[in-house]
Amino acid sequence: MSTLVIEGLRASVAGREILTGVDLAVAAGEVHAVMGPNGSGKSTLAHVIAGRHGYNVSDGSVRLDGTELLTLPAWRRAEAGLFLAMQYPTEVPGVSLLDMLTESVCTAEGAAVAERMQEEAERIGFDEKFLARPVNVDLSGGERKRNEALQLGVLKPAFAVVDELDSGLDVDALRFVGDRIEDATEHDGLGVLAITHSSRVFDHLRPDAVHVFAGGRIRESGGAELAEELEAEGYERWTPTSPKSDAGAAPFTDPFGDPFADLLT
Amino acid sequence: MNQFTVDAARGLPGPRWLAERRAAAAECFAAAEPPTTAAEEWRYSAIADLDLASYRLANGAGTPAAPAQSGAGSDVIDIDGAPVTAVVDMVDGQVAAVDGIDKLAAAGASVGPLTEADGAEALLGSVSDGASDYFTVLNDAFTPAPLVVDVPDGAILEGVIVVRHHAREAGAASFPRLVVRVGRGAQATVLDVQHSDAPALVVPVVELDVGPAGRLGYLNLQQHDARAWQIAAHTARVERDATLVAASVALGGGYARTRADTRLVGRGASGDLLSVYFGAGDQILDFRTYQDHAAPDTTSNLLYKGAVGDSARSVYTGLIRVRPDARGTNAFQTNRNLKLSDDAWAESVPNLEIENNDVRCSHASAVGPVDPDQVFYLESRGVPTPVAERLIVAGFFDEVIDALPVRSITGGVRHALSVKLNQMLSHAA
Repeated sequence: MSTLVIEGLRASVAGREILTGVDLAVAAGEVHAVMGPNGSGKSTLAHVIAGRHGYNVSDGSVRLDGTELLTLPAWRRAEAGLFLAMQYPTEVPGVSLLDMLTESVCTAEGAAVAERMQEEAERIGFDEKFLARPVNVDLSGGERKRNEALQLGVLKPAFAVVDELDSGLDVDALRFVGDRIEDATEHDGLGVLAITHSSRVFDHLRPDAVHVFAGGRIRESGGAELAEELEAEGYERWTPTSPKSDAGAAPFTDPFGDPFADLLT
Repeated sequence: MNQFTVDAARGLPGPRWLAERRAAAAECFAAAEPPTTAAEEWRYSAIADLDLASYRLANGAGTPAAPAQSGAGSDVIDIDGAPVTAVVDMVDGQVAAVDGIDKLAAAGASVGPLTEADGAEALLGSVSDGASDYFTVLNDAFTPAPLVVDVPDGAILEGVIVVRHHAREAGAASFPRLVVRVGRGAQATVLDVQHSDAPALVVPVVELDVGPAGRLGYLNLQQHDARAWQIAAHTARVERDATLVAASVALGGGYARTRADTRLVGRGASGDLLSVYFGAGDQILDFRTYQDHAAPDTTSNLLYKGAVGDSARSVYTGLIRVRPDARGTNAFQTNRNLKLSDDAWAESVPNLEIENNDVRCSHASAVGPVDPDQVFYLESRGVPTPVAERLIVAGFFDEVIDALPVRSITGGVRHALSVKLNQMLSHAA
């Protein structure tokens, strides 16, 4: 069974340390939610695990079933069983979904990728007409999220990092996409690290554990009840309130992160 | 020693009017100063490296060239699958073989020596004389056998007319000349292949004349030898309510320049101007475009997309001109370039010159690397980095390839691009 183990992970962007020592273990079939205020570095955590360019990892390890991911290029991490469902999936003009998934090392050569896409599309209510389009081009935010779930269904990763699943999704889409991922955890043993700012997503993707993320590391862990507590009280306990004690340390904005992060909460 | 003399021009075969025209051009050429990079239209070009005197005139006067063998130039994109009406093979500017005349004749159309066409004397230069420069004059003086595709009023040609130019002679300069005349309400598609397998200089001039309400699709496929030089001029005149789709696919050449002048001279004329180019090694690909709106309600839409890798370079400079009485003009110009290596270099300079207020014009240009976010997206799905780059570069060209006027070779163009890209990426790896 798959386990993702993060130990002492520290990473910086442009000389500023954003991840300040992350420790976390998620077992197969489990859903762990990482919740934190804007600027806490939680999107950076997703990017560093997946191997996005632009981050400098100074210490720690991220192992998937014992395989160290941090030394691998992003596509080798996918090959090892990792999937990143992005908050804002990138448009790739001129590249079809079919070509991309066929060229993935995660799909067996000669596999019936087109048929699998069809099945997954039906399952999550992704309009078939979008299958022929270049990846994410001219798709709404919600359609892009469905597309991420569709790809997860086709690629069948051991472990998924899901970044802000509910942003841009309406209630119906969230149900389809959340249920699809939840189903994979139950039937395929998918492990999930769900990065989120709100507990809305938990109606469909039920967390086995909730972690409060602030200041670049996990500050407290608990069960689903911790999410309710956060919903009621906010993150004040973990964020510096006095401007004096926070001199010069504005919340970090990930240059590769959500351009509208400040508008969310 | 310079062979491009008035006497040499006079020595070429043809009717008297043509001999006189050549001699006059040769005199004009002899009196002209060679261009330098000081002139705006030659800025960033490799013109300073051209030693014209080191080339001899290809394959002397009147000697018929050896017929092109079938399958000649195996790296020429396969056109066998295309619904072809006629094929003309030209070698070093001379007609070597013609096939399919009957099919054309059945539709009232013809392809063959320009000197045999109706009104030949007025026809030659009727479009290109509006865009003369040092090298079009040189072509005027030394083109041995101008070719015409003649599509009379009302003739609708379904298939593709293919003209294949081969430059065979090492160290020689050749001067292919192609005139395409599409009559009133007529319709045709021409595929013009430029190919060489030797270090040659090729100076082609193409004249496209689209009559009222005519429709012409023209695709120039440039696959020169990496040692060859090309200095080409494509000139077009589009008349009232006529439509031109003029495209180029430029893959070869050591230095390959194409100047494309499109004049929209009749009300409601339109031109779609497309190019895909890809330079590798130390190639230099050079494009100069001119969209000239000389009549009301005319539309031009230019989309040039290129990639450069290794230490290749590309130049794009373009000008949209809207003349004072061209109200209701729509003119667009877009040039985008992918820079695939640190040593590659692309220049993009769009320009507008607008003399009427009632117009819609825009230009856009970009030079940049493959978007790292796009690469990461594919990588995060398990696509290996070089494959991701290949897919994205191929995808970058897609919108142009999909719009090429010869549908049947789009698969071949994609294949040729991917072969070249794979070669380049494997060098880099």
